[in-house]
Amino acid sequence: FLGAGGGNDIQWCFSQVKGAVDDDVAEADIISTVEFNHSGELLATGDKGGRVVIFQQEQENKTQSHSRGEYNVYSTFQSHEPEFDYLKSLEIEEKINKIRWLPQKNAAQFLLSTNDKTIKLWKISERDKRPEGYNLKEEDGRYRDPTTVTTLRVPVFRPMDLMVEASPRRIFANAHTYHINSISINSDYETYLSADDLRINLWHLEITDRSFNIVDIKPANMEELTEVITAAEFHPNSCSTFVYSSSKGTIRLCDMRASALCDRHSKLFEEPEDPSNRSFFSEIISSISDVKFSHSGRYMMTRDYLSVKIWDLNMENRPVETYQVHEYLRSKLCSLYENDCIFDKFECCWNGSDRQVEFFSLIVMTGSYNNFFRMFDRNTKRDITLEASRENNKPRTVLKPRKVCASGKRKKDEISVDSLDFNKKILHTAWHPKENIIAVATTNNLYIFQDKMN
Amino acid sequence: QDTQEKDKTIPPERAEEAKLKAKYPNLGQKPGGSDFLMKRLQKGQKYFDSGDYNMAKAKMKNKQLPSAGPDKNLVTGDHIPTPQDLPQRKSSLVTSKLAG
Repeated sequence: FLGAGGGNDIQWCFSQVKGAVDDDVAEADIISTVEFNHSGELLATGDKGGRVVIFQQEQENKTQSHSRGEYNVYSTFQSHEPEFDYLKSLEIEEKINKIRWLPQKNAAQFLLSTNDKTIKLWKISERDKRPEGYNLKEEDGRYRDPTTVTTLRVPVFRPMDLMVEASPRRIFANAHTYHINSISINSDYETYLSADDLRINLWHLEITDRSFNIVDIKPANMEELTEVITAAEFHPNSCSTFVYSSSKGTIRLCDMRASALCDRHSKLFEEPEDPSNRSFFSEIISSISDVKFSHSGRYMMTRDYLSVKIWDLNMENRPVETYQVHEYLRSKLCSLYENDCIFDKFECCWNGSDRQVEFFSLIVMTGSYNNFFRMFDRNTKRDITLEASRENNKPRTVLKPRKVCASGKRKKDEISVDSLDFNKKILHTAWHPKENIIAVATTNNLYIFQDKMN
Repeated sequence: QDTQEKDKTIPPERAEEAKLKAKYPNLGQKPGGSDFLMKRLQKGQKYFDSGDYNMAKAKMKNKQLPSAGPDKNLVTGDHIPTPQDLPQRKSSLVTSKLAG
């Protein structure tokens, strides 16, 4: 049973770490997205250099039942390259903003990857045999002298070393004036949405020359601009429903059956603000950086700068649960504004769903600073802080919980707020869809942790 | 707990706001709003006019071109950028270290 007791009853142990050890991080190596595929067998990362690296889980070793398969490099390719739009004098970064996997339909795997402007559908396929014994060609490809060909020879397939090839099958371009922040595949597995700061478009996976605009919040006069779209996602079961979040902390749920252009929301989720608490920072820290539906689609979770909120789709006027990620930062907002950290976009994710208890989203995971990440158990209301660090390198050694001392006397093993390293941020985390395995990305390293198995 | 007692009447957010306003008295009146959003929407904007550049190159072949200002990214109007001023596109056609 998944997490009987939840977050604190799972004993997280270090499993693997990928990436360079050196502290001098090249900008291209900054990890910008992490995503497991639907089976959890593959784990994809995207980086600022436009590259995608896919890891594959080894088949479980039956004799070593105490450990699950390790993740090893399966394929790596350059997904996007830097571009310059001369017409608009716009530099287009190659950074991969999001990767989303398609469910597997045949031997090949498909994923969508996107930068600020262009979405690409990549096919990743294996080749483990090749034809040999051509009639007219030598083995090295040179054509044989026709006069030496005296018999007919039919090529046969012979095994070869496994080769994994990635090829771009569709390029979905020129549909976004602003910067794409989200892509989400619909539960119909035929369409997907892409969202930028002001618009959301609907695509069909087979069609690249047309896209339908379904949300447009661009004001007629740009001076009147007050909010932008920050994230969007399709409902896991209802193919006509999607949500999008804003920089003002609101979430809108839209139904595509209501009208072609979903500028009028079906539901608006917003927590009333306490006017006595309002400050210069209020709107900035209320900006939602990520939104994720629960497995059943009954709930959704949002991440803003200081907290994670769980919303019941049936209740628009306030979240049903709020979890403080790093409340001690509230008294550091001035310096966090000065060093731009206040604009960091943290993601959040749910635990995987157990086969038996399929629709329970019980645990929330999200990142913080100092390479800390946090988990919240919805049942027990307990939370834990862990650290992704090479110092906790021993496999099957349970990670020690961390604690930040907000003020007053610092206890042994606690770290004070002023000692936190704000350059070490964990923005991207992912949870294996079926097992207690998590992938946590620090700036340029990928950590894999798993539940200690008895 | 000590800090909480000291700021019993001032919420921490407001105290931080006061700190910020003390440092930057000219900070925009509108909290959070349009300035940030416009800056966000304009991310990646680089001003370069190849026409101006080539004309200037032709006219000022022997003269010293004006040197780049402190902020090389905001190049527009009178200032003619030289190839040295334009930020270099880093080539990342190297395998990721995650795969190493």
